Amino acid sequence: MCLGVPGKIVDIYEVAGLRMGRVDFGGVVKEACLEYVPDAEVGEYTVIHVGFAIGRLDEAEAQRSLQFLRDAGFLSTELGDGTAEGGL
Amino acid sequence: MKYVTEFRDGARIRPTIDEIRRTVTRPWTIMEVCGGQTHSIVKNGLDELLPGEIHLVHGPGCPVCVTPLETIDRAIAIASRPEVTFVSFGDMLRVPGSTSDLLRVKSAGGDVRVVYSPLDAVRLAQMRPDREVVFFGIGFETTAPANAMAIRQAARLGLRNFSMLVSHVLVPPAIVALLSSPENLVQAFLAAGHVCTVMGWTEYEPIAARYGVPLVVTGFEPLDIVQGTLMAVRQLESGRAEVENQYTRSVHRDGNAAAQAVLREVFDVCDRKWRGIGEIPMSGLRVSGRFATFDAERRFPVGEVTTEESSICIAGLVLRGQKKPGECPAFGSLCTPERPLGAPMVSSEGACAAYYHYGRYRVAHA
Amino acid sequence: MDLSCPLPLTESTRVLLGHGSGGRLSADLVRRFFLPRFTNPYLDRLDDQAVLDVAGQRLAFTTDSFVVRPLFFPGGDIGRLAVNGTVNDLAMAGARPHYLSAAFILEEGLPLDDLAAILDSMRTACQEAGVLLVTGDTKVVDKGSGDQCFINTAGIGVLEHPWLLSADQARPGDRVVLSGAIGDHGMAVMSRREGLEFEAEITSDTAPLWSLVGNMLEGSSGIRCLRDPTRGGVASTLNELALASGVGIEIDEERIPVRPPVYAACELLGLDPLYVANEGKLVAIVGPEEADAVVGRMRRHPLGVDASVIGVVTERHPKMVVMRTRVGGTRVVDLHPGEILPRIC
Repeated sequence: MCLGVPGKIVDIYEVAGLRMGRVDFGGVVKEACLEYVPDAEVGEYTVIHVGFAIGRLDEAEAQRSLQFLRDAGFLSTELGDGTAEGGL
Repeated sequence: MKYVTEFRDGARIRPTIDEIRRTVTRPWTIMEVCGGQTHSIVKNGLDELLPGEIHLVHGPGCPVCVTPLETIDRAIAIASRPEVTFVSFGDMLRVPGSTSDLLRVKSAGGDVRVVYSPLDAVRLAQMRPDREVVFFGIGFETTAPANAMAIRQAARLGLRNFSMLVSHVLVPPAIVALLSSPENLVQAFLAAGHVCTVMGWTEYEPIAARYGVPLVVTGFEPLDIVQGTLMAVRQLESGRAEVENQYTRSVHRDGNAAAQAVLREVFDVCDRKWRGIGEIPMSGLRVSGRFATFDAERRFPVGEVTTEESSICIAGLVLRGQKKPGECPAFGSLCTPERPLGAPMVSSEGACAAYYHYGRYRVAHA
Repeated sequence: MDLSCPLPLTESTRVLLGHGSGGRLSADLVRRFFLPRFTNPYLDRLDDQAVLDVAGQRLAFTTDSFVVRPLFFPGGDIGRLAVNGTVNDLAMAGARPHYLSAAFILEEGLPLDDLAAILDSMRTACQEAGVLLVTGDTKVVDKGSGDQCFINTAGIGVLEHPWLLSADQARPGDRVVLSGAIGDHGMAVMSRREGLEFEAEITSDTAPLWSLVGNMLEGSSGIRCLRDPTRGGVASTLNELALASGVGIEIDEERIPVRPPVYAACELLGLDPLYVANEGKLVAIVGPEEADAVVGRMRRHPLGVDASVIGVVTERHPKMVVMRTRVGGTRVVDLHPGEILPRIC
């Protein structure tokens, strides 16, 4: 029920009346249906589940989550830098 | 991978776990209701890292596991028909019905195919007007919008050879059913982040209020899960019972309006039987009358299916979080993924299967 | 509420796709049907090749069949796989490959241009691997029964060293060495599979491994065993070794290289790279004193630049493979039950 993978919209077009797009998942590009994110634009990240974008990803909120404890004032030590770009 | 790798960073996770340890003062039982979260927890060994006072239990969050036996048998019956091309997500192929499964149907000559998206099934129906294409539409609210769009698209295209066997289940009624049971031990829930991306969290607010239970909408990566756990623990320790959102980068209170609109258009809410639990009223989705011609259940009537269940398996207790897989006497011996006795051992998202594949060593050394 | 439970499924009376995927079902099929009928000291070792003493010369002998679909994929095709796959099985015994046979089962209707392309590819692969195709056979089957093209290759190689490299030689304290990034081949093929297609910079890693192995065996190598993790991936290979040697294996997730596009493709389809096939990689079990030297020699070879020690053999949890996860927990790396399918959950 849950395998939703974040991907970046790199192209938007219409196929058979449906709003579709090419989505880049860090080096893998696949077509997905963007009907449920009608305001999403090229360059934005979305969560893709079974070939459908089900929601837009908020960069600012992602950063906030990564710095959760520091912002919540629970730690005196630094947690680390901001976003690490993909790759291993 | 952006939005993935950073949330799997051990250096960020450990301080959060330390904070849980500092916050917790007594035992708490927290349930997650999402196969993906179960998978993430056991695959990363997260439950091992949490302090012993936290009992993380797994609920009926695997749509594959809770699909009723009758539905599997119906799918097998439809897939066995020579004119049918039966299309499904990979997850369903191994699930045993009363006497067979879809992989066996395939090996006996049935045209059974795996796709990534329900739109692939629609495309297939367009390309093969000579075949009856039937798609197995299972899942929670996360998947229902995709399946709904596929039906809508098939209708728009005027396809006459496409239908869907729908077995969708809804999370909030299941949580209410669990909380209403006198044997319930669960004190807080981690709500499934992608279900809530679609549906928002308004349905959980009356549940938190009525049952006095914290509900934290949580993502799937290790960092999300430990953060969600910390938020739940903080609520429990301070006696609060609210709906909070950990998965803020993806979930908003009202969810995805466009997706909900299409759900309302294509599906009706109905009663649904959950394998291992029983019938929960108004907990499922079926194809609405307007799209009846795309409903495989109406298109391929197979009559009443009687099923027989055995008694060794404690699936019900596991799915309700009252027992852990390792506590089942059949776990790993009589019951394994190759010869499953119950639903949660069947799918890789089921709690028993997850523990068997990833956590067996810890179970043995517990 | 009732506590209901499905009946256990009775044993299948037919061959299933899962029997061919290199996991638990495959192992069961071999154990129940093949071993009892043909048991002998060579076969019982269940290595990927047999080491035979023929007139005082140690020879390695192996066979493999190739049924990949689609026939052509990024980085290779069934022909190239058929040559390299058998060459590599010989190399895993530490044998220099010399001769191959090739038997073809072609489906009526296979385009002759496709056949030509496959054969051209095999010729190039033979040259690259330094082997001669010395005998062969061709059969044609009715349209609809052959999936276009199946190839079986068998190979003979010569052992130029005195050791026995075999799956039962691993001992506690030995190191587990991996020659490079995993999952490329399986995901390259997957990217062209009907229903799952995606674009990615993923190409099959199919390659002949003898020259890498030749370098590794120099000196007193301390190498106990070599295996190429093909179908079923590194997970299946490590489980086979743990089982054959009766030892436990512990590996470290952070030390296992996965290229970013392969990682992303696995995420997308819900697959675990540990179970994805490789066709140009090897796993070596090496004694603790020699391991660093062996890795050093591997890194100087083009096919081993990312070689590293990924784990250790242990007397704990015998016959089980356990992995320390990136976040510091542990999980079992199990033999996969059967067919590896993309999932949505």
